Amino acid sequence: MNGFLAAIRPPLSRLARDGRARAAAVVLLLVIGAALLAPLLAPYDPTAQLDIVRLQSRPPSWAHPLGTDQFSRDVLSRLMWGARISLAIAFVAVALSMTLGILVGAIAGYAGGLVDAVLMRLVDTALSIPRLLLLIAVVALWEHVGLAALTLLLAGTGWFTVSRLTRAETLVVREKDFVVAARMLGASPWRILTRHVLPNVAAPGLVAATLGIANVILLEAGLSYLGIGVRPPTASWGGIIQDGAERVGDLWWLTLFPGLAILLTVFACNALGDALRDALDPRQLPPPLGDDTSPQRR
Amino acid sequence: MRRYLGSRLLQAVGVVFLVTTLTFLLVHLAPGDPLGAALDRPGVTEAVRDQWRQQFGLDRPLGEQYLRWLANVPRGELGYSFSHRRPVRDVLLDAFPRTLLLVGLALTFSFALGIGVGVLQAERAGSPRDRWLGRVLLLLYSVPDFWLALLALLLFAYKIPILPAGGIVDPVLHDYLPFGRRVLDRLAHLVLPVLTLTVLSSAVIARHQRSSLLAVLPSDWMRTALAKGLSWRDAVRRHALRNALLSTITLVGLSLPALAAGAVFVEKVFSWPGMGMVTVSAIGARDYPLITAGVLIISVAVVLGALLADLAVAAADPRVRMR
Repeated sequence: MNGFLAAIRPPLSRLARDGRARAAAVVLLLVIGAALLAPLLAPYDPTAQLDIVRLQSRPPSWAHPLGTDQFSRDVLSRLMWGARISLAIAFVAVALSMTLGILVGAIAGYAGGLVDAVLMRLVDTALSIPRLLLLIAVVALWEHVGLAALTLLLAGTGWFTVSRLTRAETLVVREKDFVVAARMLGASPWRILTRHVLPNVAAPGLVAATLGIANVILLEAGLSYLGIGVRPPTASWGGIIQDGAERVGDLWWLTLFPGLAILLTVFACNALGDALRDALDPRQLPPPLGDDTSPQRR
Repeated sequence: MRRYLGSRLLQAVGVVFLVTTLTFLLVHLAPGDPLGAALDRPGVTEAVRDQWRQQFGLDRPLGEQYLRWLANVPRGELGYSFSHRRPVRDVLLDAFPRTLLLVGLALTFSFALGIGVGVLQAERAGSPRDRWLGRVLLLLYSVPDFWLALLALLLFAYKIPILPAGGIVDPVLHDYLPFGRRVLDRLAHLVLPVLTLTVLSSAVIARHQRSSLLAVLPSDWMRTALAKGLSWRDAVRRHALRNALLSTITLVGLSLPALAAGAVFVEKVFSWPGMGMVTVSAIGARDYPLITAGVLIISVAVVLGALLADLAVAAADPRVRMR
């Protein structure tokens, strides 16, 4: 894995100097911290109906900073527990889809010929179908989709771009002298893949993963809002919004706060992804006006 | 051109075929009956169920059902919607123009807005203006579609009640209004959904427009334009913009999946009875034929839209045709 580390170090130090990336990292760490520590920090049980008579649909107060829902559950607690679900689904789904995408892309790029043509045609086709609609169809028809299945579905519909990236990189690397030399010396395809292809794909892959997490959080929230993602009573960000959607005029706190949580997390992921892309490929940066220290001016 | 057209057309047909097959597989692999909730009502005996299954050909071998489905889809025979008590085709035929109106208007506005913002950014790349616009765009890009729609609803229909909360027309008054007021009523119902969808999609377009402008700025012809005395502003707006517009046409096709997804949520929030809302509402009723047909038709529309965009690019740019 030394090749991987060597490929990733200079951009990482560039990233650490990027204010945008640092702000995004702080936000993400806060959200992840709140999610991990939810059992300790959350003031109430997220599914407990505290007092259906007196605490039903109360606006924010000192006892319940983000209000309660129509089942008298504490919204802040649900929000923190919801972060666990949303983030866990996103991280696992993206990890799976990255693995799958890299594998398929490397196989297509390395094998070439018919295998490549068939795989990439399939990927092109999959990319032209709206992902949300495909998910809606599957989840709605299967009716009782559990968390694991939902995660698998999100992973299974998210690997197409990564496989294209990996394939393109594999095609380039495959013809490089050092790879030809490695092959001559008898290196196995697996060794070439892990030692030479993966370090080169790591950079665009990392960007794709960061943006992918943002995307999956949005998709899961959307499905949960439609009532077919994470099922009640399990708390999820989209689900809380769904709880208040029918009476958005009265119960605005059920819409506002979980939405802000989604927005903040997704925004941080996207900002980090953008910063990462710039750090990995400084040539893409816009020419800074009057800044002579920039690596390359156009 | 003809060869390009042929291969592109073939590809689109392939995608449509695959989507059609996929929806068939979905319906038949899913647990439960393809007729969905229609058979679950109390009082429906097993004999009646069998009769219905027979009537809809569900007792035939799977291969035959698949071939029938393939033959039926192009003819618009998409099954029977139990929740609407009408053929699915009729339900979708009512809904499709409404979505087309919504998406068409949003697409037009968001391209005007997105290109404008992209030019403003690229003109002064790296300046505070560029950076701030970039942050706002990234924020809009990160907003959950349905949440922005709900916020718009909350703000402009409930807190400051200046616009109607949903639907196409006022359900009570519309028919009693004079002609001019009826037009106004329709327009007022369009404002919030179109505005939300426009804001959502213009963020994507502006981000793309900025980068495609930045890609052409270092060209030789830009240097020529500047050397002959054109101001930077004019060079960007007259020369660079035209060259970058080609990739913007491609973007129409690329942004259609996101736009379709956005339309699903926006329609749902504003009760706009288009394709998205009809499909999503069918989930609650477990109206499987309507769900699958809705997803199928929206996907096909997206694929055809992308095809049209690609053909437009080919018509405008000889380099694409020659490839």
